[in-house]
Amino acid sequence: MARPKKSQENPGFATFSCSLKNCPVVSSLWWKGLGGYSLNLIFKPKRLSFWESLNAWIFVAPWILGFIFFTGGPILASFVISFTEWDIVNPPVWTGLGNYALMLSDPLFFQSLKVTTIYALAAVPLQIVVGLFIAILLNTKIRLIGVYRTLFYLPAVLPIVSVAVMWRWILSRDWGLINWFLSVFGVYGPGWLSEPEWALPALILMSLWGVGSGMLIYLAGLQGIPTDLYEAAKVDGAGAWASFFYVTLPMISPVILFQLVVGLIAAFQVFAQPFIMTQGGPQNSTLFYLLHLFRNAFEFFRMGYASALSWVLFLYIAVLTLLIFRFSAAWVFYEGEIKNE
Amino acid sequence: MTPLTAGSSFKAPPERHRPIDWAKVLAHIILIAGSIMFLMPFIYVLSTSLKTAGDVYTFPPEFIPDPIAWENYPEALTAMPFDVFFLNTILLALGRIIGLTLSCSLAGFAFAKLRWRGRNTLFFVVLLTLMIPVEVTLIPRYILFSKLGWVGSFAPLLVPGFFAENAFFVFLFRQFFMTMGQDIIDAGRIDGCSFIGLFWRIIAPNAKPVFAVVAIYIIQNNWNSFLLPMIYLTDRAKYTLALGLRLFNEQYYSQTHLLMAASVFVVIPIVILFFFMQRYFIQGVVFTGSKG
Repeated sequence: MARPKKSQENPGFATFSCSLKNCPVVSSLWWKGLGGYSLNLIFKPKRLSFWESLNAWIFVAPWILGFIFFTGGPILASFVISFTEWDIVNPPVWTGLGNYALMLSDPLFFQSLKVTTIYALAAVPLQIVVGLFIAILLNTKIRLIGVYRTLFYLPAVLPIVSVAVMWRWILSRDWGLINWFLSVFGVYGPGWLSEPEWALPALILMSLWGVGSGMLIYLAGLQGIPTDLYEAAKVDGAGAWASFFYVTLPMISPVILFQLVVGLIAAFQVFAQPFIMTQGGPQNSTLFYLLHLFRNAFEFFRMGYASALSWVLFLYIAVLTLLIFRFSAAWVFYEGEIKNE
Repeated sequence: MTPLTAGSSFKAPPERHRPIDWAKVLAHIILIAGSIMFLMPFIYVLSTSLKTAGDVYTFPPEFIPDPIAWENYPEALTAMPFDVFFLNTILLALGRIIGLTLSCSLAGFAFAKLRWRGRNTLFFVVLLTLMIPVEVTLIPRYILFSKLGWVGSFAPLLVPGFFAENAFFVFLFRQFFMTMGQDIIDAGRIDGCSFIGLFWRIIAPNAKPVFAVVAIYIIQNNWNSFLLPMIYLTDRAKYTLALGLRLFNEQYYSQTHLLMAASVFVVIPIVILFFFMQRYFIQGVVFTGSKG
């Protein structure tokens, strides 16, 4: 009986069945490497030995226990807690949908949702554009690519607390690097972190410093595009722009989709930057969602309300992710997929 | 280039260098400008950290401090027990490396190389947990650990590590082990090797790169980690570097030169690690995004 060959154990784009891939959840998982999983469905192992199964369960046991106690269990618990009022010390009080109703009358909830959404809508596309731009420059068979790669990637590995402390100084109104740079061009820079209309843009600008990890992923994707595609495009008379729009972009689009989703989820988990640099201010202009949640949970000890906040965020992210996948079919190209439009 | 005529062959050879590729020159110019923009914040912070208190507030800023105030570093690092913070951070990183690599690699091995009922279903669950944001488990976990009386100790940060808390690592190990041939397993079984023996003697020694990638990941995450340590580590003697720096930021808010020295100190170990282990950093990131 045919054992899957090496190439089948780790299949490329083409082997995944098309009907499954249209389902958003599956297609996202497929990005995380479900390719191998789908094949296991086809090549069912013939016989299972008891001893092998027992060993396997023992090896997986820590993960199962961890899942029950630290992931799955807490998720269910958080759902239940969201219907209660609980400060941990006193026993919880069932309030039904009270926390969710409270949310509707909590202006800070809407403010934090607004701030985080604006940040996500601005920072994530900017990071994609800048990251892809640098990656494309680095992909031109250029010299010193290793040096550039190191320089652009280095800020992304720095601990976020240090980065926040450093940037509070870099963004300072009177002595900061950014305003010095602007003053060279005769622009009198604002108090980035002290004026409500500039604080969020400042954090978005700062997030571009960490664009290096995205850049690496695009670079790997770009280097995986077969050169004969470019040669074929050239033969067909495509210039640099045409081959970018008709070869590079379609081929890299799955990576962009992945980065969009990952970036979105990361944007909703921003915490240390506003916590250290602005404490959510001025005038709540940088009150990120997680900061608001943190204050309710660990400063006011409103565990029920904070759990409700976390579930609303969870659903919000899930809906946004589903929407992205829903509309991704229009612009994401999978190699080996035949488009029938 | 004009073709050479026979008569010109005795002359000095024509210019041999290739025509200048202006696209590449432009790319270099943009990249150099970009590198400077990416480096400047770091240089600025470094120079501030070496200035005397009086030299910090100058406009336009001077990038080369004069005099160089090396004493800022000892002053900043003794103002708070940064040595203790450093040790705590290392300790946590080591504990998490041991716990996570052991539990995640064993699970990855079972998912990749053993045949058992339920494997596919459970692996699907592993993949699902990759998408769960931290917020959702934050509060119930805190309640659980506070009921256990663990808040204030390292346990809430260490113990989940031993239970393969990080689904991404399970996935990473599984993907790597998948690329290793099944023959090696079958041969080992025929020779009477136990499954744990197979893992320990054959799989693990041949998978050193992926262990390195995971270990680097853990160190970096651990250095970065802020929210969870802040919730669980209430005692200053147990603070990590990130927490210590945050405290320093509050107490020495106006002493920018010391603050910058402290933040450079926190960053330096990661920068050193990065320069020596860059390959593993990059492999980890690339794997996250592109391996299908």
